[in-house]
Amino acid sequence: MSSPLRIINGRVFDPANGVDGEVRDLCIRDGRIVDQLPAQARQLDAHGMVIMPGGVDIHCHIAGPKVNLARKMQPEDHRHDVVPSTAVTRSGTGGTVPSTFATGYRYATLGYTTAMDAAVPPLGARHTLEEFHDTPIIDKGFYIVLGNNIFLNQLLKEKRHEEFREAVAWWISATKAYAAKLVNPGGDEPWKGRRNSNVSDIDANIPEFDITPRQIINAFVHAVNDLGLPHPPHIHCNNLGHSGNFRTTIETMKAAEGRRLHMAHIQFHSYGGELGKNPKSKGPEIARYINENENITCDVGQVMFGKATVMTGDAPAAYVLRKITGNKWVNSDVECESGCGIVPFSYQEHIYTHAMQWAIGLELFLLSKDPWRIVLSTDHPNGGSFMSYPRLIKLLMDREFRKQEIARVNQKAIRNTVLLDDLEREYTLNEIAIITRAGPARALGLVNKGHLGSGADADITIYDELEDKEEMFSSPRYVLKDGELIIDDHEIRQDHEGRLLHVAPAYDEDIEQQIKPFFDKYYSIEFGNYAVGDEYLHRHQTVPTLGERQS
Amino acid sequence: MGDNIKIIENATCTFCGCVCDDMHLTVDLDEKKITKAKNACVLGRAWFAQHGIPDYPQATIGGKEASVEDAVEEAAQILAEAKFPIIYGLSDTTCEAQRHAVAIADLIHGCIDTTTSVCHGPSGIAFQGVGESTATLGEVKNRADFIMYWGGNPAESHPRHFTRYAVTTKGLYTPNGKKDRTVVLVDVRKTPSAPVADIFLSVKPGRDFELAWALRALVKGRKLDPSIEQVTGVSLATLEDLVDRMKNCRYGVLFFGMGLTMTRGRHFNSGAVLALTTDLNEFTHFVAKPVRGHGNVTGADNVLSWQTGYPFGVNFSRGFPRFNPGEFTTVDTLARGDADAALIIASDPASNFPRKAIEHLGAIPVIALDTKQTQTTNLARVAFITATYGINTAGTVYRMDDVPITLRKAFDSPYPTDEEILTAIRRRVQALCGGPAVPLRKVS
Repeated sequence: MSSPLRIINGRVFDPANGVDGEVRDLCIRDGRIVDQLPAQARQLDAHGMVIMPGGVDIHCHIAGPKVNLARKMQPEDHRHDVVPSTAVTRSGTGGTVPSTFATGYRYATLGYTTAMDAAVPPLGARHTLEEFHDTPIIDKGFYIVLGNNIFLNQLLKEKRHEEFREAVAWWISATKAYAAKLVNPGGDEPWKGRRNSNVSDIDANIPEFDITPRQIINAFVHAVNDLGLPHPPHIHCNNLGHSGNFRTTIETMKAAEGRRLHMAHIQFHSYGGELGKNPKSKGPEIARYINENENITCDVGQVMFGKATVMTGDAPAAYVLRKITGNKWVNSDVECESGCGIVPFSYQEHIYTHAMQWAIGLELFLLSKDPWRIVLSTDHPNGGSFMSYPRLIKLLMDREFRKQEIARVNQKAIRNTVLLDDLEREYTLNEIAIITRAGPARALGLVNKGHLGSGADADITIYDELEDKEEMFSSPRYVLKDGELIIDDHEIRQDHEGRLLHVAPAYDEDIEQQIKPFFDKYYSIEFGNYAVGDEYLHRHQTVPTLGERQS
Repeated sequence: MGDNIKIIENATCTFCGCVCDDMHLTVDLDEKKITKAKNACVLGRAWFAQHGIPDYPQATIGGKEASVEDAVEEAAQILAEAKFPIIYGLSDTTCEAQRHAVAIADLIHGCIDTTTSVCHGPSGIAFQGVGESTATLGEVKNRADFIMYWGGNPAESHPRHFTRYAVTTKGLYTPNGKKDRTVVLVDVRKTPSAPVADIFLSVKPGRDFELAWALRALVKGRKLDPSIEQVTGVSLATLEDLVDRMKNCRYGVLFFGMGLTMTRGRHFNSGAVLALTTDLNEFTHFVAKPVRGHGNVTGADNVLSWQTGYPFGVNFSRGFPRFNPGEFTTVDTLARGDADAALIIASDPASNFPRKAIEHLGAIPVIALDTKQTQTTNLARVAFITATYGINTAGTVYRMDDVPITLRKAFDSPYPTDEEILTAIRRRVQALCGGPAVPLRKVS
């Protein structure tokens, strides 16, 4: 552990503590922020610089089975973007799906110190943890996909809601996950079992379970909130990418009945128009609903032009893109619980739909009234790489730049949005600090992250204050992780092992006796080999549930 | 049998890519051997029975017994001094060991390659070309009503594939097991797997690609000339019937083996059956899966992919990973005479590589890690005998369908693990090369 450090003369942006650009000292000891230090403590002069908490990515795809399939499938994604080893770092490859080491280093070089993988099938939890162990510097966690879990849906069919809640807790504990994820709830059965069809109506009955997607969503909202998990259910709605899907999105939010719910990559769910035809923008309607309903948080899933890799637990959605592009395609079914689809993709300015998706994302950012409940994301690498975050920040902070970019894209799409209707808003540095750090940390229930108050993790990013915000956010001058100076003068100076963040909600152990017979019949691995052992945790932190915090 | 008996439930057999994790092992701790392996197949029983504690020196240098420390030093010196060192094998060890092997390749700017390059490497190349619709084996068990094996003989190579995962097993939507399924076998001759098949297609040797392409044409509704029978050995009527069954099944599976990947056409063959599978998804749900051989060859693919971006045949000579099968794959680096030192882990290339490659292997300093003496350890400059994964060590392996499974140790071995030896070599090479001083994290 390095010696105590005082950062002086920098402008501090710490919205969680009401600090908006004031010049303040920051004191760091033993990996945490402290109130004060002895006068002789080592100093770091941040004159002319902007200080923020380390960035927190609430929704990305960086580790686990489908990410690795996407890596393996795309040598062309790596060969033009190599990452040589240095005196302190391992080599790797980049592109839209970087190798594990490169992923950790690149997040750190953007000033991000925490990232959450948003969709891991429980059977892939071990794999994800192994990759995380090779993902340096950043803290990380993952959400397990539970919305198409056959055992859980059978419990709902039988209206056994208490056992359902206990089983959700068991699954999260057994896999060392951080949160529960729903992806296209109810859609796996028609996809796998009924000739690649899908569920398109949130109120359509799924005959295998005699329940509807709405009932699945509602059950998770209640179970996860009752369990007091730090992050609410994280949902990828039905009908991703389809014209007219905004109704499903609104109905999904209504299904939360006022309780906490996080809407993933909501841009992909904000489309008007008719199914099968070009989308229209429903960004304003979605933004209004979120503005008026404080139980909802969301991340945007902004589309950025250029190369992307679509990888999603929503296999039918990936298949639609496969048919459009004709590109190579991966589908991977995971027994009893999940599946995924992968397609290389490219967003192009001149294409109406792509420009529309880009514009809707910007509408959502610019029309949202509460920055605490909208998080910056590209659904990396679905809407574009996390490496494009600095450019996205510039689009939000720099009106003139945004206008230039709007003029470059498909104008028919722009005319169908409100982007040119006096949307003059420019995000402030304080608001950027909220949508990239303070907000996601709060939505995740990470009380020691996203702020710089006493007791917070000393995950700190220090930027040169530059006029060009893309340049500024591309390359922080200093990044501290757990109080260690990882990036010094824009370069990685030391390696560091970040933590795994996970939750371990208590559950009634009797539930295992109910799950086991199902396993014995329908899984292909033994129940006794399913739960992930502590040897996969390495450096980790068990984040307490809300109930555990009060007691 | 002694009195000191231990029972291990849910143990895993790592003999083949099925990685069955329902072993019930009876271990005689005094004799240090497994006396009974309930649920194991004939291959698995032999695997467990034959892995006792051998009476070999832990390490040798130049054929003479040496301390592990001296052998590690010698190995590190060889690797650090080499200009074109290669690392090969890895498919019969844990992911924890594999991760250290890649780190060593990164440090010494060498090549790293696995047995994938001589088995399903072509399937990996095809995967990069066309992708793959695939599934875990439990989906096959629960849903598949049409199963096709092509160029493989699981009855002999993966004996429990039929009973545990695919053909006779009963699942959620296949409550009657075999009765709910149509099973097809495609091969050049009637193998011991043929009796399980409802339909057997005898393809002319070397004509797998043509057969797959003909099926693709029929799936897409094209007309085919009956002369296709002269090309492939299968009549047009049989092909049309097969395509009809494929399009009308509820959940189809195509398993393919080395009869497809290592015969004329190679990655074109794998690509053709993967493309056929993709095409069939226009009509119904269809998946494919290479039937992998070694217990953790799938883990090796995964570890290399997450650490480097590429599944096998990786070279670090420029300080970053590059992928080029045919250039950086081991048979090629040896046969061309490029490699000037080799680290071979859990594999025996000296017994099964082409003659030119073996000759070169005999001419360069070789470091070998294996659980027993082999042709490769016999010709090695430095040889380590190591503990057997899944019997004497815990750790992680990936089943052929990418499902990771944790191993359970049955009894202690006096021999060090692959992971321990590779960690020691890595540490020493790091000091000698001065390369990335990345802290050595204990992997397990």
